Amino acid sequence: MTKLALPERILMNIDKPARYIGNEVNIVKKDLSNIDLRIAMCFPDVYEIGMSYLGLQILYDMFNKREDTYCERVFSPWPDLDKIMREEDIKLFTLETQSPIMDMDMLGITIQYEMCYTNILQILDLSGMPLYAKERTKGMPIVIGGGPCTVNPEPIADFFDLFYLGEGETSYDELLELIKVYKSTDMDKEAFLKQASKVPGIYVPSMYIVDYNQDGTVKEITTKYDDIPKTIKRQVVTDFSQVTYPLAPVVPYIKATQDRVVLEIMRGCIRGCRFCQAGMIYRPTRQKDVEMLKNYARAMLDNTGYEEISLSSLSSSDYESLDELLTYLISLRDEDHVNVSLPSLRIDAFSLDVMSKVQDIKKSSLTFAAEAGTQRLRNVINKGITEEDILNGSREAFIGGWDKVKLYFMLGLPTETDKDLLGIAELAEKISEVYFDVVPKEKRNGRVMINASASYFVPKPFTPFQWAPMILPDEFTRRAYYVKDSFMQQKNKKSLKFTYHDAYISILEGVLARGDRRLSKTIYDVYKKGAIFDAWTEYFDMDRYKDTFAENNVDIEFYTARERETTEVLPWDHLDAGVSKNFLIKEWEKAKNETVTPNCRMNCAGCGSAVYGGGVCFEAKN
Amino acid sequence: MKLRIKYTKTGVLRFIGHLDIMRLFQKAIRRAKLDVAYSKGFSPHQIISFAAPMPLGMTSEGEYFDGDFVSVTSTEDMMNRLNDTMPEGVKVLDIVELEEGAKPSMSVVSASDYYIYKNDECTNDYLQQLIDSLADFMTQEKIEIMKKTKSKEEMSDIKPGIYKLENKDDGIYMLLASGSVLNLKPELVIEALCKYSGLVYNRYDYMVHRLETYMGERNNLQSLITAGKRF
Repeated sequence: MTKLALPERILMNIDKPARYIGNEVNIVKKDLSNIDLRIAMCFPDVYEIGMSYLGLQILYDMFNKREDTYCERVFSPWPDLDKIMREEDIKLFTLETQSPIMDMDMLGITIQYEMCYTNILQILDLSGMPLYAKERTKGMPIVIGGGPCTVNPEPIADFFDLFYLGEGETSYDELLELIKVYKSTDMDKEAFLKQASKVPGIYVPSMYIVDYNQDGTVKEITTKYDDIPKTIKRQVVTDFSQVTYPLAPVVPYIKATQDRVVLEIMRGCIRGCRFCQAGMIYRPTRQKDVEMLKNYARAMLDNTGYEEISLSSLSSSDYESLDELLTYLISLRDEDHVNVSLPSLRIDAFSLDVMSKVQDIKKSSLTFAAEAGTQRLRNVINKGITEEDILNGSREAFIGGWDKVKLYFMLGLPTETDKDLLGIAELAEKISEVYFDVVPKEKRNGRVMINASASYFVPKPFTPFQWAPMILPDEFTRRAYYVKDSFMQQKNKKSLKFTYHDAYISILEGVLARGDRRLSKTIYDVYKKGAIFDAWTEYFDMDRYKDTFAENNVDIEFYTARERETTEVLPWDHLDAGVSKNFLIKEWEKAKNETVTPNCRMNCAGCGSAVYGGGVCFEAKN
Repeated sequence: MKLRIKYTKTGVLRFIGHLDIMRLFQKAIRRAKLDVAYSKGFSPHQIISFAAPMPLGMTSEGEYFDGDFVSVTSTEDMMNRLNDTMPEGVKVLDIVELEEGAKPSMSVVSASDYYIYKNDECTNDYLQQLIDSLADFMTQEKIEIMKKTKSKEEMSDIKPGIYKLENKDDGIYMLLASGSVLNLKPELVIEALCKYSGLVYNRYDYMVHRLETYMGERNNLQSLITAGKRF
């Protein structure tokens, strides 16, 4: 039996010790004497969050398919254990063999959201390695980052040896072979890094030099040596039905956020909403074969024992064989008690029928991601849904027995005016009127509820809004109050509810998302002051960030509130996410002109992703 | 058909809480493809119930749950299928078919016995001192200790719940009342022993291992497994 890294007295005194003991069903065990390469894969948040992330399970499975490689897992110790580890100088360890991270050859960190940046430093620190990559010597693990934030990893560039741009299923073998050479020869770290920069999709931040203009904007990004690639291209899987997938994922003992089988049906999105980074950087849209997915679903349910399955994609309604797949999953429900957890679907007769089969109508609600209150603003952001779609969908659903509707909006979108804000309340009101219209009095049990909630728009790199200004915190608050007041003016106000969040986390996200390398120092300093788990409101402290920005002479508004010229050199201009800058500029112009762009299946918009040679770009031509 | 399943929980699995062990079995039953019965409704769940909740940190070789099954094969086949899919630390020891009308395990539990010992994980050196005090300890007329429930704390006499308390090998053997009528946790007995000897009580200074779970009267205790027959 595994010898645990933490002693009894610590495990018995912390919350959920099961986070740290490994030994779960389906973990991979290997004989270390046959292993050339040891990898720790890290999700820098608490175990229950990290174990819910599909990408980690994909890479864990993929690395462990290599006979010479052993991939283990590590997550952020919760603050209770974090404190003990610092006090007692206990080093961070992997779950599988409970080995120190420092014994690994590579530490892979998946970076899913900006608010985990301080947790990355926590991982490095608790492992006992220097935080800055340049201070880490040969013999220490190579630290590599992956995931969506790597399309602009500049604010954390100083902490990483390498970044992997794109989908992990493509280029890792070449990198792992290089690490084996580095490890077994006298190759020095600089030579290794130089070599690594030539592997497709590998970005070595220390091989690039950033110069700045007087006004603080980036002047130019140059390479340290002449033979270093000028740009790094995001790697994309083209044959999506052949790609590796974990059919026996690790099953946590404690309840993870995703406590079910997750079946990825499609990558990318055909819609092209202009605020959505995922919809831009995961292009081209690629679907998996439905027969294969049925087999996967069966195998994963059998291998894990989960009683529930959910589908993963950016827009499941656009998966072309969705009817067939859902019909199959519902048949499993009848014969094998499998719950089907539905993704948010476009509301129509089919989806309502499916929903009525797997959900309790009285308890479930319909969801519309309207994002904006008026058609004008929905055109600006290229959100394909119309008021008619929403009202018709609601009508169908109300007739079918539903009486709860959820609406999602964003505040602070480019060109937003008070008229758009008012439109949010008016849309909610119209939906409630549809209810009173179609449901006769004697059939109303309780009250119809329209719940609208708003988040704040954060401009992201590689979207048409990457040049857009973000509004200031006070203005966010004013707009939220304005919407709230508008709700109070509506006739059916008792059936309407509007909720919104604190703007500060969004502001910080805004700084980090479009930040440059100079922010590394602030992130370092704020971590040293004790910031970890910033994604958790109970630990997030905006004042600590504000003070640290001020001490480092960083002007928050320089990063958030400024409208950038399309000619400005962006901190991520040496990275290539697939969509071309020309396309993004065109989309930014069309947004300002309130012009929509049809989805990829209707008409190719020439975004540049066709160069990958797969997916929706070639569907019609097959 | 109602079955009673006896299992162990050892090693690092001692850090898995009671609810998570239930979830572990629900998944294992599915992986093993046993034909368990489900409730009706929008979120059907397996009809299984556990005998006695087990606190975090404790190991056991005498845990039980009951389950309704639509069809069964044999004790041996079902045990093998479950054990093939279990993580290290949980092992099914026996499966019996309960007689028609047998009461659920949860309601019949009346006692459990435990072995308290030290291993490399435990840093204290006072266990021998506790062992030496056992005889004197039990001569007390009342053994009062602060008992915490969800809503209140109160002084309680735990002596009526101690059926046996004696030295065994290098540790302490105790047979305690357990279940819905009278329930005494072994931790509380250790705490009382520490208090009696003027020592500071720490839960992690020793290991607690449940040996068996019983039903029946104090003078005629029987293992929960005796309520049914192998098949």
